[in-house]
Amino acid sequence: MLELAIGIILGGCALGAGCAMIAGIGPGIGEGNAVAKACEAIGRQPESQGAVTTTMLMGCAIAETTGLYALVIAILLIFLAPGRFVNILLRSI
Amino acid sequence: MENNGQKKDRRFIIIDRLYLVMAILPLIVGMVIKVLVTPASEGIEITGARIYFTIPMPLQDLPITESQVNSWLVMLTIFGLCLWLTHGLTERAETKRQLVCEFIVEKTDGLIASNMGEKYFSHFGPFIAAVMSLSALSSLITLIGLYTPTSDMNVVAGWAVVVFVLITYYKNKCGFVHYLKSFANPALLTPLNVISEIATPVSMAFRHYGNILSGSVISVLVASALQGLSKMLLGWLPGVLGDIPFLQIGLPAILSIYFDLFSGLLQAFIFAMLTMLYVSSGFPADDWEKLQAKRLAAKKVKTA
Repeated sequence: MLELAIGIILGGCALGAGCAMIAGIGPGIGEGNAVAKACEAIGRQPESQGAVTTTMLMGCAIAETTGLYALVIAILLIFLAPGRFVNILLRSI
Repeated sequence: MENNGQKKDRRFIIIDRLYLVMAILPLIVGMVIKVLVTPASEGIEITGARIYFTIPMPLQDLPITESQVNSWLVMLTIFGLCLWLTHGLTERAETKRQLVCEFIVEKTDGLIASNMGEKYFSHFGPFIAAVMSLSALSSLITLIGLYTPTSDMNVVAGWAVVVFVLITYYKNKCGFVHYLKSFANPALLTPLNVISEIATPVSMAFRHYGNILSGSVISVLVASALQGLSKMLLGWLPGVLGDIPFLQIGLPAILSIYFDLFSGLLQAFIFAMLTMLYVSSGFPADDWEKLQAKRLAAKKVKTA
């Protein structure tokens, strides 16, 4: 019975980490849009390449934030959460 | 300033060598500590920062971790590099070294002038350059096999707290009441404004740490997968040949160029850039000018 409970905990943590990383879709689309527009802008005005590139990198970094929140949650779920939950389970028995 | 054109006296050269040793020695010390402390382990594994020893404290034990030690070593390296670069400056640049450090200073000042405006923030160069070089070198230290301090949440969170204190200081320039008022700009959105104020350091810390850590995790996963694959495919080779993971040649190095070099430098740049943007946008320049004008007028009235 205990093995089943621990298995459920591990599986739940892994599933949760996977679900959390669905958030990677958003930054992907957003950064893709940003880069596409930056390419257009450079194509239209090649002399503004430096400024456009810098601004684009900044924007990409900020758009990435939500994805990184999800990544941190996923890392916590994989590396930290199973041990904690198993400890709580063992203590409650 | 005619003293050192062709002939440099011996004292100058000895001090020069000393500074250079001071810049390189911390990294070697870090490698030695790592070799001595790390226990032998099977294969590749993902670990957090290793705890070297703990100092007993009244409330809670203070652990001295790998990331703390490494970030102090990086700071010493930067200190030594700065001393070496600025040693023997002359009025007209004569050495390559002086050209390099003039280039760095000019670039930093230019970045600050274009992002923060020269009017109030022209003295910000040292801080921004320090943040950028510390972050960049901390990320690049992984190239010589040391644990990256920036892939530890605590280190980056500390930097983010420093930046947050700086932002709050500049927001408080017009007085505490003005600072509190700025939260209730549309009165309905006060809780949201408070949350977004707290989210600033959190997002800065998470951004830097998440990028570096995800890079190292992906590198480790790819490396261990390639090790397993080469053991499976080439394990039949006789003797030592079967143990050498041939498939690990190549791909991890290319990944390392992206994750360690590019991503580390980019995150350093972005951290410094966000610091500049947050500080300069948090400073209420118009109200500060009005306040200064009012103070000046009051002073004039008093003296007259």
